[in-house]
Amino acid sequence: MTIPPSHASAIEFDHASFRLNGRALLHDLVLSVKQGETVVLLGRSGSGKTTTLKLINRLLLPTAGQVRVNGRRTADWDPIRLRRSIGYVIQDGGLFPHFTVERNIALVPRIENWPQARVEARVRELLATVGLDQELASRYPRQLSGGQRQRVGVARALAADPPILILDEPFGALDPITRSEMQKEFRALQQRMRKAVIFVTHDLREALLLADRIALMEEGRLIVDLPVAEFSRSEDPLVRAYLEAFSGLPDSTAIMRGSA
Amino acid sequence: MNFLQFMIANRQQVLDLTLEHITLAGVATLLAALVGIPLGILITRVPQLSKPVLGGANIIQTIPSLALFGFLLPAPWIGDRGSRLAILALALYALLPLIRNTYAGIRSVDPAVVEAGRAMGLTDLQLLFQVELPLASGVIVAGVRIATVLSIGVATIAAAIGAGGLGEFIFRGLAMVNNQVILAGAIPAALLALSADFILGMLERRLGSLHRKS
Repeated sequence: MTIPPSHASAIEFDHASFRLNGRALLHDLVLSVKQGETVVLLGRSGSGKTTTLKLINRLLLPTAGQVRVNGRRTADWDPIRLRRSIGYVIQDGGLFPHFTVERNIALVPRIENWPQARVEARVRELLATVGLDQELASRYPRQLSGGQRQRVGVARALAADPPILILDEPFGALDPITRSEMQKEFRALQQRMRKAVIFVTHDLREALLLADRIALMEEGRLIVDLPVAEFSRSEDPLVRAYLEAFSGLPDSTAIMRGSA
Repeated sequence: MNFLQFMIANRQQVLDLTLEHITLAGVATLLAALVGIPLGILITRVPQLSKPVLGGANIIQTIPSLALFGFLLPAPWIGDRGSRLAILALALYALLPLIRNTYAGIRSVDPAVVEAGRAMGLTDLQLLFQVELPLASGVIVAGVRIATVLSIGVATIAAAIGAGGLGEFIFRGLAMVNNQVILAGAIPAALLALSADFILGMLERRLGSLHRKS
């Protein structure tokens, strides 16, 4: 599809708010993500990160302001078409337990009626992309490790090659070693794919490793939106609080230096 | 004459009444499933309806079966033949477990899985047929199993309104004060219920293990 030059952003929050039962879950958010850019939404539980993601794929509609995807308001999109153009990864993969790995990955290509041969080739390609053995294709999610399930989740999100990828604490349930592996692989993957990525986490180190920009949220508000190199230098009290909370960890400085 | 001798001497009639019994209970359960499962799905989509629908099915279930047969007697067309009336009454009884289990089964599907499906761009129908119903199938089959066993049991009373089935032997035996005759109706009816329970139980376990949450 052609994107008008005035809307170079793949995702754009234009003073978007979301209220539920009189409570503001998200307040006046202004944020944009360009193609090829990774923006990490950082914040604690209840800060409005997940609400922000749901506004992108129209699981929610803003109660005020606008959210635009490829220049078009989400309210004007056919929700099915919109969602199929956005890859979505959640914690523990959110895989269908009654589908094999192959059927999970092939979900969107199948409902988009790709020819069978193309679907099969795409599944093989994606298994390789996320570093999974081909013979796992016939397994069920419960027969996989947490890390493998998460890889399948990423492969499923990438299946129809959507231009936008949104990830909701995808690596939150993994053990530290697997998590660190997945983070590095994801970074390498994104450097190749150049998609518009919004990645939600409450882990500062993960944010510093993966982000081009970090958007720090608290109580439904965006506190700062900074390039990753400037984030650790920010004087904002909440940013300082985050940096201090994580600075006690022995390897945090090494990771911060590595990512800057 | 003992029970076995009675069975052998009347084997043709035992067979006929058993088949009649299977037909009554089978058609009734099928009818109830055709109404109950869609109703169960509907009330997951329109939550305001869940209370009245489940409440209504609950009330039907509390009516004593003999009384329900009686209530339906004056109904046009239905009341003309005992078997029609019996099937309708049995189907009404079987509704509750079918509606309730379909509803509970779909509601028990992991919301994260449903939301992932919706976020991937599945339509409502794709979500229902590819995700919710397959994952709820074990619980729904459990409902079918309860409904079937219930129908086979209550169908013995259908003989009271001339609908036939194994209840014929039971009522005849009661009138004759002859235990052999009562048993000739009761034992095949119990065996039918047990076999239906066993077969559907196997299916239920198979679906359950196939679709268990990861």
